[in-house]
Amino acid sequence: MGDCSFGITGKDFVILASDMNAGRGIIKMKSDENKIRALGPHLAMAYGGETGDTEQFTDYVERNMRLYHIRNHNALLPPAASAWIRRQLAQSLRSRKPYAVNLLLGGFDTTTSLPHLYWIDYLGTKADIPYAAHGFGMYVALSTMDKWWFEGMPKEKGVELLRKCINEVQSRIVVQFNFNCILIDADGVHQLDLSASDPIADLSRAPEKAEVEVPNPIIAAPA
Amino acid sequence: MDTLVRQLSRPAVPVHGEDDEAYGNAAEWGSMGGYGNLSRTGAISGMTVPRVLDPISFLATHTDNLSTNPEAKIKLAHGTTCLAFKFRGGIIVAVDSRASAGSYIASGTVKKVIEINPYLLGTMAGGAADCQYWETYLGIRCRLYELRNKERISVAAASKILTNLVYQYKGMGLSMGTMIAGWDKTGPALFYVDSDGQRIKGNLFSVGSGSTFAYGVLDQGYSYDLSDEEAQDLGRRSIIAAGHRDGYSGNTCNLYHVRENGWEFIGNYDVSQEWYKYNEKEKKALEHAGKAGVQGGSPMAVEA
Repeated sequence: MGDCSFGITGKDFVILASDMNAGRGIIKMKSDENKIRALGPHLAMAYGGETGDTEQFTDYVERNMRLYHIRNHNALLPPAASAWIRRQLAQSLRSRKPYAVNLLLGGFDTTTSLPHLYWIDYLGTKADIPYAAHGFGMYVALSTMDKWWFEGMPKEKGVELLRKCINEVQSRIVVQFNFNCILIDADGVHQLDLSASDPIADLSRAPEKAEVEVPNPIIAAPA
Repeated sequence: MDTLVRQLSRPAVPVHGEDDEAYGNAAEWGSMGGYGNLSRTGAISGMTVPRVLDPISFLATHTDNLSTNPEAKIKLAHGTTCLAFKFRGGIIVAVDSRASAGSYIASGTVKKVIEINPYLLGTMAGGAADCQYWETYLGIRCRLYELRNKERISVAAASKILTNLVYQYKGMGLSMGTMIAGWDKTGPALFYVDSDGQRIKGNLFSVGSGSTFAYGVLDQGYSYDLSDEEAQDLGRRSIIAAGHRDGYSGNTCNLYHVRENGWEFIGNYDVSQEWYKYNEKEKKALEHAGKAGVQGGSPMAVEA
């Protein structure tokens, strides 16, 4: 499996990063494929696993999240969304052709103002943890996060830690990776430009530019 | 709409294939066109699947689409080189024409570009029958879309139809690696779709056993701002490079150019003839450059 993704929570935010490679066997056919999907105004996931299954499963999750939002005028909160996604994978595992998809689900709970990060794998394992990695990142960057992550990190420190992880993967793993990164906070899902010297400052300078298109707009509750 | 439904549900008059004047009569399309197991609306009524508990593992023991099971009764031999890339002047699609069965060259005149409709091309790698059948079926679905919506289908939507279709059969032995190229209201578009269910949008792809060799020439010579002639030459040169190095690719190169008003067939070129032509020309250029102080000599030059 050639995937690599990271998730980091901090004070009032969660960061998701994913590699951008797509290909077949040893051939890299694309190095700018987006493998992070916004699932709602404050929810997104980074996914990897069996080619084909990933896109199909992600589409399925996205549409169900949207359906729930349309029906109930409120998006599913991160804990409920994670439970639903885990259950879909667990049920799929016991079917004839399971989805082999691993994912990191990040979200911001607008009712408690708390960030959430879930590590979920194709076996239906779910862990609610402050920082996580899938794929190659698990081998080299988990220890990096163990050492430098701390409770209530500010956004700048979160980005710094993510940079450490990416640097570690890029220097110790044979495969070359480009990374795509988002940040979720009370204002929604934002794109982070890791090539910028201070992506967080850019985010506050032009917030409308950094926003990620979510599958459904925030619908005002009926009066 | 009612007229259309009536037309489609009229009893079949199998007249398809008489003339290839495309899209004359809606009633001759879809299931009326003579594609066996498609229902009248053009939907799949169901492909026959082995009636065992687990058809996927059953088929895996009998077919050998990954060339890893020598015990298998059905061996799918495949070797090919296809490439396509977007540039300023549209999309170039180039393929070789060899069909191999193991070390035997079954044919040297295969058409590996499938002309889905005047605006859509599909390339063929992997199982020839799978590609031919499902891309023809894709053509039917695209035509039905056109009739229902009074608008041409986008390349994104067309490629998604194909992905969703092959995804249904994932693991059952389908083998195809195809590029769908065309021009729609968003401009030129290129997608790679394979039997794993993968579908990726891109500017430059190469598929098949010779793809690595084609990438080697294509990547190094590619620029978005190529002129039409330069781009066509690059596509042709890459296929010829692959035809020379890859034993499972070769014979001739078919070249297509997709522009705003649809695709155009540029030509068919003999790989070995072109190889020697290019080799002579490029060697001269390199020697000329070598005299000017640059190290010359082609690593792929044929021994005298």
